[in-house]
Amino acid sequence: MKRSSAPIFWSMFGAGGLLSALVGPALVYLTGIAAPLSWGVPLDLMSYPRMLAFAQHWAGKAVVFLVVALFLWHAAHRIYHTLHDLGLHSKALGQWIVYGPSALLTAWLAWALLSIGF
Amino acid sequence: MSAETRTMGKRRPYRRAMDGWWTRNPFFVRYMIREWTAVLVAAYALVLLVGAVRLAQGEAAYSAWFESMKSPFALAFHWVTLAVFLYHTWSWFEIMPRTMPAIFVGGKRLARGVITAAGIAAALACCAIVLALALGGGR
Repeated sequence: MKRSSAPIFWSMFGAGGLLSALVGPALVYLTGIAAPLSWGVPLDLMSYPRMLAFAQHWAGKAVVFLVVALFLWHAAHRIYHTLHDLGLHSKALGQWIVYGPSALLTAWLAWALLSIGF
Repeated sequence: MSAETRTMGKRRPYRRAMDGWWTRNPFFVRYMIREWTAVLVAAYALVLLVGAVRLAQGEAAYSAWFESMKSPFALAFHWVTLAVFLYHTWSWFEIMPRTMPAIFVGGKRLARGVITAAGIAAALACCAIVLALALGGGR
């Protein structure tokens, strides 16, 4: 029997959904509101040297990779099923539309993080 | 379809129209809102992805990206995204009792509200840790 790919996509959906539910609001507030407006945060919170040091550390790289990739795959899976609910019945087309860009963006992210170096 | 093909006797399976089916029931309206939070989750991931790419391109590129994060449009986008993420957190744990295997404590099934409350408490704790790391101990 051909193995289904569904459990893989579903686990990434679940992991990304849980991660974004747990830390998403804090991340959006910090990176999108508090840091750009310098609201009660260290002025250098998102400065180039500090972000570079963060992304050069293996743990920082892992955090950025997991957050961005899992958020993307969570959203992709949810949008895929919603497109189905809105009448897009072609499984193959739906999967290409959402998982294709997710795979490309994940590769781009990995390339960026690796080219930042260690 | 023309009148001619309709009388040809070809098999025409009944397909119920799907236009706006979800607007007819508040339960499905909530379902659609919950599902479409994913669009802003993806958009926020894209913002961070562009930041990581700009970081890899050097200081000038990164500083320009961070300056663009201060634009009114970017700030408005992040306020909306924050609201949507808060809704996502709530709705994720609201449906969690239905998406996870049942938990039994002392022979009784754990109530849905308990699971939801525990999830939201965990989210509050995680957000507090992230904020504390960024504001103080993260150096």
